[in-house]
Amino acid sequence: MRTRRARRIVLNAVALLVFAVMVFPVYWMVSTAFKPGSDIFANTPVWFPYHPTLGNFGDAVHRPHFWADVKNSLIIVSVVVAMSLVLAFLAALALAKFRFYGRRAFIVLIIAVQMIPLNALIIPIYLVLSKAHQVDKLSGVIVTYLTFVLPFTIWTLRGFLLGVPRDLEEASQVDGTTRFGAFLRILLPLIGPGLVATSIFAFIQAWNEYIMAYVLLHDPSKQTLTVWLASFTGDRGTAWGPLMAGATLTALPVVIFFVAVQRKIAFGLTAGAVRG
Amino acid sequence: MSSRFSAAAAAVSEPALPSRRPRRPFASRLGSRAAPYLLILPACAVIGAVLGYPLYFMGRLSLQHYGLFQLIKHKGEWIGTKNYSQILHDGLFWHVVARTLAFTATAVSLTMVLGTLFALLLAQLGPKMRVLLTAGLIFVWAMPVVVAVAVWSWMVDFEFGVANWLLTYLHIGNFNHHDWFANTWSGWAIITSLVVWGAIPFVALMVYAGLTQVPQELVEAATTDGATSWRVFRDVTVPLLKPIFVILISLSIIWDFQVFNQIWILLNGQPPPQYFTMSIYAFTTSFQQSQYGLGSAIALVMVAILLVVSFVYIRQMVKIGDAE
Repeated sequence: MRTRRARRIVLNAVALLVFAVMVFPVYWMVSTAFKPGSDIFANTPVWFPYHPTLGNFGDAVHRPHFWADVKNSLIIVSVVVAMSLVLAFLAALALAKFRFYGRRAFIVLIIAVQMIPLNALIIPIYLVLSKAHQVDKLSGVIVTYLTFVLPFTIWTLRGFLLGVPRDLEEASQVDGTTRFGAFLRILLPLIGPGLVATSIFAFIQAWNEYIMAYVLLHDPSKQTLTVWLASFTGDRGTAWGPLMAGATLTALPVVIFFVAVQRKIAFGLTAGAVRG
Repeated sequence: MSSRFSAAAAAVSEPALPSRRPRRPFASRLGSRAAPYLLILPACAVIGAVLGYPLYFMGRLSLQHYGLFQLIKHKGEWIGTKNYSQILHDGLFWHVVARTLAFTATAVSLTMVLGTLFALLLAQLGPKMRVLLTAGLIFVWAMPVVVAVAVWSWMVDFEFGVANWLLTYLHIGNFNHHDWFANTWSGWAIITSLVVWGAIPFVALMVYAGLTQVPQELVEAATTDGATSWRVFRDVTVPLLKPIFVILISLSIIWDFQVFNQIWILLNGQPPPQYFTMSIYAFTTSFQQSQYGLGSAIALVMVAILLVVSFVYIRQMVKIGDAE
């Protein structure tokens, strides 16, 4: 009994240590964001924001182009998500509900294109878009983002569609509804949560993207939030408080969404892999 | 660079469709045959336009001289395979390849070992501690890369960074006003830590999810037969989790080999040559030296190397799909 308890205590201590080390950077970002300058620029770190202030956040959002770049990010992300969702839904339907010649090839294509590094692809994309006068335009970035959001969305939606029991669909057809009617009445409500989760993941991907936007958008008022944050990071003699506040604000929507849906997409993914 | 999220989705196993489908009396045979093709047509058209064409264009670019002059004219000059022979005879290129491989090997090993250890730890914990640690890992996983880089550059700031203070406080040395990027080794140590830190949660949670699927009877049977917990891990758990490990290792290699954002932003968009990886080298050659043809050639060599690894990954994914 005693060794068991000792083991438990050691394990918990190790777990706490791992937790502390892993989470520390996140904690340090948020706590710095709330600290006054005197606590940030201290020779001995101040471990907790004892004198919390919102000053850094005020400073960050009043920096040039913050709101313009938030708006740009939101426009780009919403258009990309909407377009991908429509296109991907149709393709995923074909993959999940039909057997057809070339299906396997299409699946391999969808997985393979996600492996192509964006920082390689940006070279031709930049030249093509500059020829088409789409550099420094949100439309150029939107088209570019489809390169990685669309294949990902097809693959994820396909997984959700596979989860719909075939019997349900067929039962409705026996009752005399058309295939399309069956789709509307039965499929759509069933995969609703899947559609929401997929669009949130697509949102996160597009929101986080940096390199494409960095190359394609030069005008500071036309950039996205990640480019805004990165140029802020590079400043020498950085204003760390406002930077951490800006970083917190950039991460906030992503973290909220991610925590809300990660269970849906992330877990259970490997379930099939072990049995196989 | 596809993000960690897409991998999560890509890791979905593929249940096979039933091979015999019941007859659908209402749909005409021709209609149902054409339907899937009509459904994938829009997506294929878009993928062809936004991915296929640039890829083809990059292949052509790599055979052209494409500098500033050509950029203005929007027309390259054919030089055949000269770009390739130039990089193959370029000492810096081989250095960069070797460095990229070394970085990938280090980062992937650290990620896999630590991720697996954390997963094993999760499996041993009581419910409360497990929820706490899982929540922590999920928060780290959710951090956008650009945000993570901002935080890490603050932690290793030479003046007020918490890293310098801690190391000095622990008497590991005098790290007052220590500039981590002045020395290549310590600079790479920071980059590696940042990349590994960001990659661990995905690996740990995926391996943990796999561990929960290992049949408890097998573990018990092995233990009754007198196997030590190390033997159980090596001879029962690892073989069962092999498909997951293959996927995680190949994905980690693919991501770490093309690492870009972390280095680029940490070094303020001007990384010196000792911080070049293949993707940074291709990028600076293209966008800072305006040698788009040469940059494309470097990028294509990188894509070719990645394809080899991707092949292993894709084969495993398809295999899982067939096994079910």
